[in-house]
Amino acid sequence: MPNPETTGRDKPSARRGEEPARGRPSARAPVARGVFGHLSGSPRPTEPAPRREATTETRLRAAAEGSVLVTGVCGRLGRLLARELHRTDRVVGVDRRPFADRPKDIVHHEVDMRRKKMKDIFRGRDIRAVVHLGVLHDPRRSDRDRHTWNIVAFQKLLDYMSQYEVPKLVVLSGANVYGPQPNNPQFLTEDSPLLGAQHFGGMRDLVELDMLAQSFFWKYPNTETVVLRPCHIVGRVHNAASNYLRLERPVMVMGFDPMMQVVHEKDVVHAIQLALRPGVRGIFNIRGPGEMPLSHLIRHAGGRPRQVPTPLAKIALDQLWKLRLSSFPSQELDHLRYVCMVDDSRARAELGYEPAHSIDRAIRDARRLRYQMD
Amino acid sequence: MAQGGSIVPFAGWRRSGLLGGSPLRQALRSVGDRVVRFAEEVVGQDLDARIAGITTHLNEVGQDPFGFDPETSRYALAVAALLHRRYFRTQVFGINRVPQGRVLIVANHSGQLPLDAVMIGSAMMLDADPPRFPRSMVETWTAELPFISALYPRLGQVVGSPENARRLLQQEESLIVFPEGARGISKTYDQRYQLTDFGLGFVRLALETGTPIVPVAVIGGEEQYPSVADFKPLARLLKMPAFPVMPQMLFGMLAPLPTKYRLYFGEPFRFSGDPDDDDSAIEEKVWLVKSTIQSMVNRGLRERKGVFI
Repeated sequence: MPNPETTGRDKPSARRGEEPARGRPSARAPVARGVFGHLSGSPRPTEPAPRREATTETRLRAAAEGSVLVTGVCGRLGRLLARELHRTDRVVGVDRRPFADRPKDIVHHEVDMRRKKMKDIFRGRDIRAVVHLGVLHDPRRSDRDRHTWNIVAFQKLLDYMSQYEVPKLVVLSGANVYGPQPNNPQFLTEDSPLLGAQHFGGMRDLVELDMLAQSFFWKYPNTETVVLRPCHIVGRVHNAASNYLRLERPVMVMGFDPMMQVVHEKDVVHAIQLALRPGVRGIFNIRGPGEMPLSHLIRHAGGRPRQVPTPLAKIALDQLWKLRLSSFPSQELDHLRYVCMVDDSRARAELGYEPAHSIDRAIRDARRLRYQMD
Repeated sequence: MAQGGSIVPFAGWRRSGLLGGSPLRQALRSVGDRVVRFAEEVVGQDLDARIAGITTHLNEVGQDPFGFDPETSRYALAVAALLHRRYFRTQVFGINRVPQGRVLIVANHSGQLPLDAVMIGSAMMLDADPPRFPRSMVETWTAELPFISALYPRLGQVVGSPENARRLLQQEESLIVFPEGARGISKTYDQRYQLTDFGLGFVRLALETGTPIVPVAVIGGEEQYPSVADFKPLARLLKMPAFPVMPQMLFGMLAPLPTKYRLYFGEPFRFSGDPDDDDSAIEEKVWLVKSTIQSMVNRGLRERKGVFI
């Protein structure tokens, strides 16, 4: 969607630093509805306009220098992060979806990350950090779709970051990039190889995304790059792990009961906030408080596991997948068979991370959603 | 591993009936309890007190991070105690040489099924004072087997990898290591009590973590399942390290022969040096351990009157 209006108007705009039009959503932004209507409708200043705007503006300015760009902000985790961050920072959200019940001071751009318009978001304002949550996990999507979204769009994002010299990047990867393997050590450290795509091609993009972030880390030392690899995030989020724990009769592979780690969504949000502090860089595994066998986890979530032998589970899942009754690819059964747990001692030492929410709480939050849905 | 008091939400939930739903499970449990009582009577030791006496590192939810489950292990210990005291009538020599704290127990491997590890483990649990709970490192392929992969971690078995070993030793635990690996356990009868090549990893591990190495000679294991050949094509097909041909199986005898086990614990080695040294330097230390075990084995063989007595 090349927009002549946007590109034409933005051409004369100067480089970042010369024209820090802070806290000001671009006039084209779809956010220009509702409360922000008067803001975006007002003429766009060509000069830096210090402290002479309305009270809402000054409140925005009172926050720390620069704003934090959050991609994929409309996911449950993104919204949670935005709600936490906007108390201390100016938050700019990017997502293809609309941001329902958005706090007033969050600027939201309803933009597809693959579009050129992303550049305008960088151009217009002083961005101090980018938090990349906009990762497409949906296994139903075509490979091509996932690739352009996860890799091409992320590459563009990295290009803009280097071009506009954004000093901080936080990428939410996951422990799944290590992949569940029978020969995994019980606790994987950050140096372990990323073998997640070995048996399941659908993971390739996520591994590549992690690798891209790592190469960015080395290529642009002026940007502090942080890659977070949390174990299964559980809570009100919609991801495979939480959905699985919400099931009444989740499938377990007969004869396998691996140890599992889960982490509460709010602990992940807290870890992202910690990662946003200046001076922090590197890769960090994030782990919840403790680990337990999968069967205990399910029973504690109030489900009754359904034991299915591996070959039968594979056939059944493949068939259900074909009939579009389940969106769980059978290759991911390895997650129910082998360990894929992480060691978070680096996060504890360097990030100061400490999980505050118990497994109990995480499961309760995931389950509460189920009861609401019923 | 933090030991937060408030963060333990499931303390005691195991007994609260969360697990004991199905009648099958309850029936299994009552059978298991009966086995434990029987074993305690036969052995004359309080097995539950033995399990309660060991120290493991629990995580924030009161679980062992490697999956050790005391509930399952007490049944296993009951069976192991019966094997140890009655079936194999194991004699244990010098178990007080095992030092406190982290330790690597290095032994010769034999007998097609790792009953030698069971015997060393039960000796540490029943004969050592205070009881020690040794972990053993198992082959990776056991993690791919259904049921075994769920059972082994509950009994404290850990998939063999240097990272796991390092972590356990740093937690001051004891590890049973068979440096011969699958080569040793699947020996045919003509090669009994001849140690095969030792791996070098255990000495590097000991140097890196400052761990004493206790050499152990196991006598009696080689005769429990005499094997006349290794049927390699079938082993490859089943993805097993070896497929031993055991004549006793032809007569329908699935159980091991009731040989008499003898365990000789030697004086601990305390090596010092660079863990990343050349293979030749490490090999010297490995050779020292191996030759000590071989001579202990030879002495044990000379001293015994017969295989079954």
